[in-house]
Amino acid sequence: MNLTLDQITHRYSGMPVLQEISLEIPAGEILCIVGPSGCGKSTLLRLIGGLEKPDEGQVLQLGTPPEGCLNPLTYVFQDFALLPWRTVGGNISLVLEDHGIKGRAADAIIDDVLARTKLSDFRKALPRQLSGGMKQRVAIARALAVNPAVMLLDEPLSALDAQTRELLMDDLLALWTRAPFTAVYVTHNLNEAVRLGHRIAVLSRRPGRVREVVEIDIPLAERHAGLARLDEVQAHLWGLMRDEAMAADQELLDV
Amino acid sequence: MSDATLPGEPRATAARPVPFRGGGFRPEAKRGVGLMVFVVLLLVIEWGTRAGWIGNLTLPRPSDVGATLWDLAASGRLWEHLGPSLSRLAVGSLLGVTTGIAVGVAIGLFSYARAGLVPLVAAIFPIPKIALLPLFVIWFGIDEPSKYALIALGTFTPTVTSTYGAVDNVDRTLIRMGQSFGLSWWSIVSKIVLPGALPGILSGLRVSLAIGIILLVAAEMLGAEYGIGAYVLQAGALYDLERLFAGVVILSVIGVLVSWLIGLAEKRLLRWRG
Repeated sequence: MNLTLDQITHRYSGMPVLQEISLEIPAGEILCIVGPSGCGKSTLLRLIGGLEKPDEGQVLQLGTPPEGCLNPLTYVFQDFALLPWRTVGGNISLVLEDHGIKGRAADAIIDDVLARTKLSDFRKALPRQLSGGMKQRVAIARALAVNPAVMLLDEPLSALDAQTRELLMDDLLALWTRAPFTAVYVTHNLNEAVRLGHRIAVLSRRPGRVREVVEIDIPLAERHAGLARLDEVQAHLWGLMRDEAMAADQELLDV
Repeated sequence: MSDATLPGEPRATAARPVPFRGGGFRPEAKRGVGLMVFVVLLLVIEWGTRAGWIGNLTLPRPSDVGATLWDLAASGRLWEHLGPSLSRLAVGSLLGVTTGIAVGVAIGLFSYARAGLVPLVAAIFPIPKIALLPLFVIWFGIDEPSKYALIALGTFTPTVTSTYGAVDNVDRTLIRMGQSFGLSWWSIVSKIVLPGALPGILSGLRVSLAIGIILLVAAEMLGAEYGIGAYVLQAGALYDLERLFAGVVILSVIGVLVSWLIGLAEKRLLRWRG
């Protein structure tokens, strides 16, 4: 299933936050969206997943979601959004219950996604007992449980420390290599973008427009920290963003 | 390097530990202290009444109150009073609390319920329910229903207020998460909103039920023959301080028990908070 963003413009109380955004999200690819703070990246993601309606333009779904897909557009949130009163297993079964998947069928799915995210030993743990990185792995497991057509990741690693972020990036890469998924990955961290993105869309400061879409032709599995070509792309992205970020910073101070 | 000193700076001679400035502002649970306060207070009063510097019209002797309580229990008349009181409290507050939670959740979820009912609740809350006693007698008769209604109305308003506050405080990102996974409206309410509001609802119950106990006495002013409230009021009318205080002690004990039960419920239902 492909997604197409067609000339999306969105305003908050009259002030445009996104302007004429057009992007393609082909199946099996990770599209990263980067931009200075306040450029409407997260808003764009909410529009893509149908949590908000764009003022102009539309998000189009091409083709049908694959067989067995329970929730075509599935989010992973920055702050994990786990129910603190449910165990790890309970948090995953939450999203299955409404589809009538209970008992043994649910157990099979939960076991599978916990194994894929290396959480099998923590099925009965409560969120408060887990570290930030573990919580985000639970949230990723929950997203995988509904077999999404497109994963929408909203700064999924931004609440984590640098080491945990590195580990989770490897986990995401491994997940993708084993079973390629389609994803839109919003981040302000350029290093994450060059490690995980097949294509990287750079947004300008508010109102957000697409400044450039950078394509990286190195397969995800071959990307690792310190690769010269990645550093080059990252420097290029920073060049694009630098002035925008500075201007955005000033703008916030003026408000 | 270690010997180097800046010009003009006197050489430090004595090493002193950095003064400790942290700590405090974190009350800890101290076992038995609460009980000690009660015991000391009672002993002082006992001593004062025996020594004479507390007049016998000012306060009754604690040992006399104890004896009165003992007689009441031994003669079986305690249950004659306690039974009706507890059932009134149970029925009245059950009615008030369940409707209060239902209305509070509705206010927390629906714009029209909020716009229409919040001012109404705010208008009802400060009315002294005791002032409405005559009205309740006309509406519900002199028997039990008027007592139930009084306690129900008294517990209803604080429950509504605390419940919709608790629903408002449920983490919106969790609700967005539920929507993003396509959960039904009912699933979001029952699996996300209600459990998330439970801590606030339970702590609101402490206030509501204490108000329920206060109103129990008021309700028993309505021609009740038996009941702790009736017992206290009779003793008050006769200026029988021992019996008055015996009744007050029973009401306090009911209050402590109710609070303990809510604490127990919190421990069981909110284990996830750790």
